[in-house]
Amino acid sequence: MPPPPDHALEFLDITCTFRSKDDPSQRYTAVADTTLRIAAGEFVSVVGPTGCGKSTLLNIGAGLLQPSSGEVKVFGHALAGINTRAGYMFQSEALMPWRSTLDNVMVGLQYRGVPDDDARAQAQAWLARVGLSGFGDRYPHQLSGGMRKRTALAQVLALDPDIILMDEPFSALDVQTRQLMENEVLELWAAKRKAVLFITHDLDEAIAMSDRVVVLSAGPGTHPIGEFDIDLPRPRDVAEVRTHPRFVELHTQIWNVLRDEVLKGYAQQLKKAA
Amino acid sequence: MSLRPNERNARAWQLALLVAMLGLWHLASRNQQFAFFLGEPIQVAGRIWSWFLPFDVPANALFPDGLKGNADVYRHLGTTLVETVLAFVIGTVLGLACGLWLALAPTASLILDPYIKAANSMPRVILAPIFSLWFGLGIWSKVALAVTLVFFIVFFNVYQGVREVSPVVLANARMLGANRRQLLRTVYLPSATSWVFSSLHTSVGLAFVGAVVGEYLGSARGVGYLILQAEGTFDVNTVFAGIVVLTGFALLLDALVGLVEKRLLKWQPRSGETEKL
Repeated sequence: MPPPPDHALEFLDITCTFRSKDDPSQRYTAVADTTLRIAAGEFVSVVGPTGCGKSTLLNIGAGLLQPSSGEVKVFGHALAGINTRAGYMFQSEALMPWRSTLDNVMVGLQYRGVPDDDARAQAQAWLARVGLSGFGDRYPHQLSGGMRKRTALAQVLALDPDIILMDEPFSALDVQTRQLMENEVLELWAAKRKAVLFITHDLDEAIAMSDRVVVLSAGPGTHPIGEFDIDLPRPRDVAEVRTHPRFVELHTQIWNVLRDEVLKGYAQQLKKAA
Repeated sequence: MSLRPNERNARAWQLALLVAMLGLWHLASRNQQFAFFLGEPIQVAGRIWSWFLPFDVPANALFPDGLKGNADVYRHLGTTLVETVLAFVIGTVLGLACGLWLALAPTASLILDPYIKAANSMPRVILAPIFSLWFGLGIWSKVALAVTLVFFIVFFNVYQGVREVSPVVLANARMLGANRRQLLRTVYLPSATSWVFSSLHTSVGLAFVGAVVGEYLGSARGVGYLILQAEGTFDVNTVFAGIVVLTGFALLLDALVGLVEKRLLKWQPRSGETEKL
């Protein structure tokens, strides 16, 4: 299927420089001259060494962070403030601990002025879809890590965003739970076909899930250094697709690019620690 | 059941400690000189009886003169309690509002910062004479004094609580489309509640301190006034009776706060313990 011509999310020449609060002369350029386009309905993964500025890029796309230069466009319109057409799934715990699971899922709908009864019914349906019906009255601390991630997923999807931003959402989960969640996300994505920007450091996960994998260089001044179309057949099962010969081939290709960057990033971290 | 202190017989041990202390006090007060300074627990109990109960007790071994059931403390106790509760409510509401405002308005907090520090480090009890001047000798000067004590505790806790809101939860709420008012209602306020409640336990006690100290410095009724009168006639037993009554009611108010806290903060994780079978 050729991607539709219009882009859901475009990063155009983005540079993001942080200034140290204590010492304004200390600067750190996290992202430099990055251009990245995500088509509507496309699943794009971004991989890169740790600490290379992947999350910075995502925060810029979400509108939580202003780039130092460059422009973000959402369906052709320049982004100002929060990206209201995007849903964001955070790496760390983002649920409100004082709200039950159901209340957490319906809070976004309430923000949008949906009447409580209606919001509750929709949230109930989303909880059922992520396999958590019957857990609506639990508080986040009473759930396992995987269930909390499911709740967060339902919370994001309940608003039916056109763009979904995911920041290593499953990195804290064990391997089995993670594969289950990855398959669930793929299934939900296949049904709705939203644009997804998926950040991960796990190359297997990136290849198994995406249409396209973008490799970022080691920081500082992170920028894309390679793009790979993943032409594996869909629907995929993230566990089975790993044995596909084409998967192995792509993995080798991408890893060749990524390896040098990972080593570079590691050397830099050692230097910083010294 | 073993006698070694554990969770189950803690109550019994606590009671035993109280009885032991009262017993020691009683023994010490057999000496007339001690009794003059320390009071006698039996006389203190008798004083509390005649304060609260309208029944006379005929002369007996403990009270050779008998006990009069005056039931005359309620007017004083009521005044002190009204002052305390008013100060507690006003101070908490003001502290909550100012704490939220300053935590969410960085410019205002930047400018007001030294003044808040100064106001907090000032020994506020010395304001009592000024409040007496401003508000007269009625209850409002006492309420004002207690409010200054309660306000800062609640204020600093709310301020801290709002600043410690998890940035991820905040970013998440913003991504879910919350506007400023919704953020305040669904993120800042609930997040600050646990801080507020930990401060309320302290401030209930301080509301009492403010009310009683205010009465002590000039009033016509209230438990502080009773204590002052008793002190003037070297009536140590009545002073101690006043202390006991105030402590009891402070504990009662604290328990009420605890009850509300338990209801409002039921989302907080409590460490569970495995059960030994």
